[in-house]
This record gives sequence, C-alpha cells and structure tokens, in this order.
Amino acid sequence: MKVLAIDTSNQPLSVALLEDEQLLTTTTTNINKNHSVTLMPLIEGLFKQTKWKPQDIDRIVVAQGPGSYTGLRIGITTAKTFACTLNKELVGVSSLEVLAETLANVEDYLIVPLFDARRNNVFAGGYQSKNGKLVQIIADQHIELERLCELLRGHAKVIFVGKDCTSFKKQLLEKLDSKKISFAAQNFAYPQAYVLGLIGEKNAAVEINSFVPHYLRLTQAETQWLKNHRETDHEPYVEKI
Amino acid sequence: MNKQRELILAFESSCDETSVAVIEDGHKILSNVVATQINSHKRFGGVVPEVASRHHIEQVTLCLEDALNEAGVDYADLSAVAVTYGPGLVGALLVGVSAAKVVAFAHNLPLIPVNHMAGHIYAARFVKPLVFPALALLVSGGHTELVYLSAPNSYEIIGETRDDAAGEAYDKIGRVLGINYPAGKEIDQMAHLGKDVFNFPRAMINENNFDFSFSGLKSAFINTVHHADQVGEKLDHKNLAASFQQSVVDVLAQKMVNALKKYPVKQLILAGGVAANSGLRERIEHELKTFDDVSLLMAPLKLCGDNAAMIGAAGYVAWKAGVQADMSLNADPSLEFSWIG
Ligand SMILES: [Zn+2]
Repeated sequence: MKVLAIDTSNQPLSVALLEDEQLLTTTTTNINKNHSVTLMPLIEGLFKQTKWKPQDIDRIVVAQGPGSYTGLRIGITTAKTFACTLNKELVGVSSLEVLAETLANVEDYLIVPLFDARRNNVFAGGYQSKNGKLVQIIADQHIELERLCELLRGHAKVIFVGKDCTSFKKQLLEKLDSKKISFAAQNFAYPQAYVLGLIGEKNAAVEINSFVPHYLRLTQAETQWLKNHRETDHEPYVEKI
Repeated sequence: MNKQRELILAFESSCDETSVAVIEDGHKILSNVVATQINSHKRFGGVVPEVASRHHIEQVTLCLEDALNEAGVDYADLSAVAVTYGPGLVGALLVGVSAAKVVAFAHNLPLIPVNHMAGHIYAARFVKPLVFPALALLVSGGHTELVYLSAPNSYEIIGETRDDAAGEAYDKIGRVLGINYPAGKEIDQMAHLGKDVFNFPRAMINENNFDFSFSGLKSAFINTVHHADQVGEKLDHKNLAASFQQSVVDVLAQKMVNALKKYPVKQLILAGGVAANSGLRERIEHELKTFDDVSLLMAPLKLCGDNAAMIGAAGYVAWKAGVQADMSLNADPSLEFSWIG
C-alpha cells in the first residue's frame, strides 16, 4: 500500500510517503511559517523524489486534530481533496496519538501527549501500551491543566510527551507527585508523518465528504448561542441554492 | 469548426458560501454549485469567521463532486483550476485555496489565482462581453469601490469606502429595525413603500474624490431611532428604510457620475451583492441616460452574490493573460487591486 501522510495540526509540519510500512521519504519542519505556503511544495517535492505520480497513492492519512484550527483546516482540506479528486482512501488519526505512538514500547506508563491550548488549557489524551499496541485510556480533550492533573492523580506512572510539555513542566511537577511523572526526551517531541502513516495504514478508511477536523472545542459564538437555544432549534445550517 | 472547448474548474470560499463551478470558454456556465451558510450565521446576526471556516470544510468536496457531475465532465476534460485567494476571511479562503491546489497538482492543471472582486465584475460576463475601457461599481457586504478596467485583466481602483461597506451598513441598520441578517433584500422592499422624510447625511458626496463613507449614515440612523425610542415616539419603518436607502443610492450614483466624467468609458458594470438592490439598479439606469456612449452591464441577479461561476469567468481572462500560481499560493485576506496611477 502506497501512503501519503500529512500532519499540519501544530507548528511542526510533517509529510511522508510510505509503502507497506517502509518509509520512502519524509520532511519535518518546525519553522514558524504558514502551512498554506509550505505544505503543497513539500508534497510536490516528495513525489519528485520518489518519481511517484499522485495517482499512484492508495491512501491518504492525515492528523485529524486536535491542534491549531488553521493548521487542521489546511491539512484536512488538502487530505480530503486528495482522496476525493483521485478516488483514494482516506484515514484520520488523532494528532495526540501520533505523539504517543513513539512511546508505544514504554510499558507500565500512562502516556500523556499534550498541546498548549492557551490560557492554561491543553489538548491532551491518555494512552497505555499493551503488547506494543496503544490503547486509549483517557479520551482526547480540551481541558484545563488543573483538571487534567486531577484525572492523572490516580495513575502510578505518567509520562508526558510533546514539545509544549516544556512550558508546563514546572506546574506539572508542582501539581502532581514529582516521583510519579516523567517527561519524554526532546527527540520524541515532534510529530513524525512516518509514524502517522504507520498508524493510518492499519485503520479502516472513512467516508470522505463528511470528514472534518477534531477541533474538540465549539467556537465561542456557538457556545454562547447554546446557552439560550437547543442544538435542534434551527434550520439546516448549510443549504444548496 | 473543431474548436476544443476550454473548461475551468473554479472554487470560491471567501465568506459564507462554498461554491464550485465549471465554466466553458469563460462565459458559459456548465455548473455552479453554491452551498450557503446563511442559516448558521443568522444565529449570530452576522458571519462568524471560525464557524464559516468549519462549514467550508464540510462542504468543499461535496460541492466539487456535484459541480463535476452537474457539468457532466471529468478531470481529464479540464483546462485549468481557478480559485479566489482574497480578499475575504482568511480561514474561509484557505479551504478553497487548499482544495484548488490539490486538484491542480493531482491532475497537472494550471492554477489561476483570482481576486474575488474581479470575480464580482466578471459575473456580468454571463450577460454579454465586457467592452473596454469600462468602469465597475462594486457594492457588496464587504466592499464598496469604483474600479477602472482599461483592458481585459486590468483592474485599478479609483475610489473605495473609507469605513463600512454599503452592504455592511444595510445589515447594521437592519439589526436596529429587527430585520434578520442579511437585511438588504427586506430593506430594499420596505424602502419602495416609504418616503425619504429623514434626510440622512450624504457623506462625502460633494468631495472631489471617488471615495465613500457609510459609518456616519449608520450612526445618524441609529441615533434617530434611539432618540425616538427615548421620547416614546414610533417611527415609520418604511420611511426609515426609504430614507436610508435614498442616502446610499444618492452617494453611489453621484460618485459614479463624477467618475464617468473624469474617466470616459464605453461600459458601466454594476456588480456585487448590493447590485441586486432594485433601488440602486433603477437609479443607475436613470443616470446613464445622460451618457450616450456608455452602455450598462448589470450582473444577473442570481450571480450578484458570491459564487464560483464568476471566479471561473474572471479566472479564464486571467489565464489567457498568462496569470498562474504555483503550489505556494496563499490566501490573502486583504488583497486589493492597485490604485489608478
Ligand atoms: Zn463577494
């Protein structure tokens, strides 16, 4: 199976071409540049290196969120349009799982990948390795750091992963039992599209048109609206005219 | 007669409509699929950018599939891909731009970046060919400007709004009158039943430039209504609407007349969402009677709002002029034509 894997969910951007679990080529950047400018030229480059044609791909795997809304929009629109226009398979993978997967052979730890979601909130989930395979223990969510710590207190050993951990390290060491927690090394801190592609090769393909990012957060306007309305109180939001 | 037809696939997602179209030879619509989010933004009394961006992602490939199916064409039949890259809401624009880039890359087609405002002007191309030099009066929810077209694919601003767009002013005073967003159509209808008794200000009408300002009018309107509320007076909404619309139309028409005097043209193009306003259409037709050599070209009513057909028409002209983007094309939310030299 030939796979194109795309992760634009946060500032690091990673793309890869894989074939049957083998990596052919990948590029990961962490330059603070607009993904809209960078993504397609990088993908174009991967195809040139491998001499593959876009039609050769069997499946597109994309990091589905959580993460930066703009980043997700670019990656997911790109991925679903690829799948739609070439009639190929599409698979979405949690952006947090991609980080956790690099620690998949660390047994006995609750693996907690996290992204900074500002104002002391994070996007985080909890994963555990069972026989080298990850099992989700805590659902991916948008959560206050304080609340996350409460969820984690019952666990004997917790390892945090992701480059944003650095900014929360001090707080986490204060709020949790410092003997129970540890932090993955920096070389695991960035999402790798190769890892994303490996996870995505195993998952079932999804319906393309209805595929959307996992923002894990309503917009402020919608949250406000729902205070006075029921979700069912409306005409179809989008109509063909 | 064995001319190969040239098909452009066009994307538009600059605000609250997701649209994909297939256009033949720059002036024939094979399909023009438009998914509007108005019902969603009605909840908030105006377009919420993040909500708009999210809806675009839900719609974009659906619209793409429908556009090709309705046109009865396949990717192999296409000559190029055109896309709105600005101006507009950045998150919304990015969806169309990302999708268009992938289609162009996947099928090895040229990618043509299109200015949304050029699209509005070229909506009129579906009525008949543009004649140059031409002047376009572009009035929409986001923009109010006068554009000079010396030749195909040449656009120069000679004047624009310094604050609110005309359509924006309609929505804001609509809120005061308790009219649901978008308010333009209903205010237009009410205006026809009322009289201009309030004589609201006509900002900048006598100034020696081609710029507009509508925020003063909006404030005057709101103050009038609030003052009446405070003293318990009930104002006639039809007269309020008529007075407001008369002020807008007077300013637009006067500035257009001034522009036609300074920049003689063969054609006046009326375009943009507010160009569907019947009061404005009637007045422009009337004013043009004194300009013998200027023909009037109005965008078809159903193409006055945002749609991808107009992007395909403008994209065709740009493509013929050699305009092409590479895979690094980005959305440019504040994209503008250059000012006339
Ligand atoms: Zn528009």
